[in-house]
Amino acid sequence: MDFITALINGLSSGGTYAMIAIGYTMVYGIAKMLNFAHGDVIMVGGYAMYVTLLALGHPLIAVLAAVIFCIILGVTIERFAYRPLRGASPLAVLITAIGVSYLLQSLAQIIFGSSPKMPLQLQISGAVKLGALSVDYSTILTITVTVVVMAILSLFVKYSKTGRAMVAVSEDRDAALLMGINTNAIITITFAIGSALAAIAGYMMLCKAPSLSNTLGAMPGIKAFTAAVIGGIGSIPGAMLGGLLLGIVESISYSIPAIAPYTDAVEFSILIIVLLVKPSGILGKARREKV
Amino acid sequence: MSERLLEVTDLEVYYGVINALKGISFHVDKGEIVSLIGANGAGKTTTLHTITGLIRPKNGSIVYKGTDLCRVPAHKIVSMGMVHVPEGRRIFQNLTVYENLLMGAYSQSDKNKIAENMKYVFEQFPRLEERRRQLAGTLSGGEQQMLAMGRALLANPELIVLDEPSMGLSPLLVSEVFEIIKTFREAGKTVLLVEQNAKKAMSISDRVYVLETGSITTSGKASELINDERIKKAYLGE
Repeated sequence: MDFITALINGLSSGGTYAMIAIGYTMVYGIAKMLNFAHGDVIMVGGYAMYVTLLALGHPLIAVLAAVIFCIILGVTIERFAYRPLRGASPLAVLITAIGVSYLLQSLAQIIFGSSPKMPLQLQISGAVKLGALSVDYSTILTITVTVVVMAILSLFVKYSKTGRAMVAVSEDRDAALLMGINTNAIITITFAIGSALAAIAGYMMLCKAPSLSNTLGAMPGIKAFTAAVIGGIGSIPGAMLGGLLLGIVESISYSIPAIAPYTDAVEFSILIIVLLVKPSGILGKARREKV
Repeated sequence: MSERLLEVTDLEVYYGVINALKGISFHVDKGEIVSLIGANGAGKTTTLHTITGLIRPKNGSIVYKGTDLCRVPAHKIVSMGMVHVPEGRRIFQNLTVYENLLMGAYSQSDKNKIAENMKYVFEQFPRLEERRRQLAGTLSGGEQQMLAMGRALLANPELIVLDEPSMGLSPLLVSEVFEIIKTFREAGKTVLLVEQNAKKAMSISDRVYVLETGSITTSGKASELINDERIKKAYLGE
């Protein structure tokens, strides 16, 4: 029974990782860069929820406000920090992304201080009992949200004109340009989607543990990036799979007392093993080098 | 005199300090097939990339239907009626054949026109219709070239710019590609063609420009140049 509980909890935290990992993987696939400030967008979303709760007091409005605020933030970061570097060396873009990450963390610390905030209204407590099994409401909520968001995103990418344009831009930006696709606009949309998912992921974290500091997004960001690489960076199904896999492994590892202290090590070992066996990730495609 | 579709004047392009195009001028009139021929590295692909906005020139002008393209963003050029089929086909391997064709129509909003063009492409290339649900990456080289050309037709173009359409294809397919280019003209399209297969290119062209290390050294009617001793020696292997 413990194992099943661990599995369900794993699906829940894995859903959160998947949500964040999609942001990494889409931006990598389409803008060809690693947005290391992505985790901090979650944190900013958390504070946006906190502030909205203070002002308006309703969790649902707070989540909505955070989603909108994160979209604006993500698009702004892309426009002013990354777009001027289009065509610059990948190292310059990477350093800029790390710089943006520190900027956001420091700004949050200056504005809100370093003691954690407790937006308790976001918390969802209580559990449903199924025989010997007890599942938190928050877990049910996060799994449901994950499934719904993934389904919508998959349909969007496969069947909408913009979604197909995203696939085209990720595969060959110049060829996409020659089709008349405004590649800058597609990159903006990508950042908007990734940031919206980051805000939702932030809520999924806070509804389980309502403690908010300026490093809220740091560790989940790294875990989700790991998940994206495990699944095959650039691949949306890969990010979903990698996120869920990492969440389940984490949760099962926590549930076994002998291994629990080494959970992070176990997770990152999976990364190493996957990279050794299949360097492009589970669902990643080996890139053909262009001559 | 026929209607001038594209007029390129004194085009200069640099890659860093390297002067890739040294002030070339040429034009394409409505209904023509015009070829740019030349050796590897002469600047043929650079010329096409500059025309369709992938590279910006240092000097010179590219006037298409009265508009200077140097100020038009690359993605807006397609909807003006000029479409570029790039070297190496550059089809989207992770999309299906049908989805690739739809990407070709990305700039088009008239649904009826898209359906009409789709029907026309499937008539021209029955293989593409048979394989419409297949991922484009699984097609053979020849089929991929057909897809690249079909995709361009979906953009409802007036001027089709083709970069090395016969590259890497078997002799039989090469002939087929040139037959297709002729049908473009029959369908009322204008063609600007870059080819290493100078003989084939000249045989279907009205006029020819010869590019040598960034400059146009010879130009004229294809029917006359094909008998030019110098051209014969340098490009036709005779």
